[in-house]
Amino acid sequence: MARAAVRGRLTWQIANVADAVDETARVRTLVLDVPDWTGHAAGQHLDVRLTAEDGYRAERSYSIASAPGEPVAITVERLDDGEVSPYLTEELRAGDELELRGPIGGYFVWEPEDGGPLLLVAGGSGIAPLRAILRHRGRTGSDVPVRLLCSSRTLPDVIYRAELDEPAPGVEVVQTLTREQPAGWTGYARRVDAALIGEVAWPAGENPLALVCGPTSFVETVADDLVGLGYPAPRVKTERFGATGGR
Amino acid sequence: MDALDGNAIAGLLVDVFGAELTTATGVCSTCGAVRPMAELVVYNRAPGTVVRCRTCSSVLMVFVEARGVHCVDLHGLATLDR
Repeated sequence: MARAAVRGRLTWQIANVADAVDETARVRTLVLDVPDWTGHAAGQHLDVRLTAEDGYRAERSYSIASAPGEPVAITVERLDDGEVSPYLTEELRAGDELELRGPIGGYFVWEPEDGGPLLLVAGGSGIAPLRAILRHRGRTGSDVPVRLLCSSRTLPDVIYRAELDEPAPGVEVVQTLTREQPAGWTGYARRVDAALIGEVAWPAGENPLALVCGPTSFVETVADDLVGLGYPAPRVKTERFGATGGR
Repeated sequence: MDALDGNAIAGLLVDVFGAELTTATGVCSTCGAVRPMAELVVYNRAPGTVVRCRTCSSVLMVFVEARGVHCVDLHGLATLDR
């Protein structure tokens, strides 16, 4: 459990926004300078807290999108009726302060010794913790083979598109666009279903490890499909986010 | 509304128990299902947080915070092991 940065308390602290990078029209990555950061594992998250002038507070969790050793970054998707994400994606600027605590969570994490082959499955902004894992694999020199299946609505909705277009050796990126595909699109063009998972997933006999992150219904479909293919449930790690979860 | 999972209450579990518990194993006292806390079903849009068994949907844990004090009901949980 040492790797999960176990501590007796989580303390709120003030971070500074070092950079804000637009990933898509609705998604922004915030690079944060956190003075008392204790370091994190790939796949962990942090909590963000906004306090209104009248004292009203809203908290959300966001996956850390950067590898251990890189500056802390979160990737936030704007929810139009959200209390927190519109502020994070539209108002916050480099130089602003942001209250947070973390790192949090020890389950949805990957270390090179966990091995593989690795199957990473992302629905929408569920790519964020998986990007941290991919970068961690690269920075640690791991040669664990990886397949990343990424489901997005349209090509402009693909988060980290430039990075995913040039995967590291041993990493295979498979995209599906569920709503609209550009002319000449050669990737998948439908929602992730059992047949698609069956084509992309490592055979269960290779003792693969799967990490699945996305909206609840997406994650449950994929996890059920993987168990149906013979993946043992403990080798399928899941993380769900919803309208309030942020992740 | 969509349920989340135990990852979403990792911070709450640290607040209440003082430790990272999403990798801990919970046993349902109704059906005996054994799962990591991270894989339990979590509803957190109510005033409190309700955690249910993924196998039989029984309520395992309820957390309510009032004036800075956490009230915790664990009666649906047979055991919780780290």
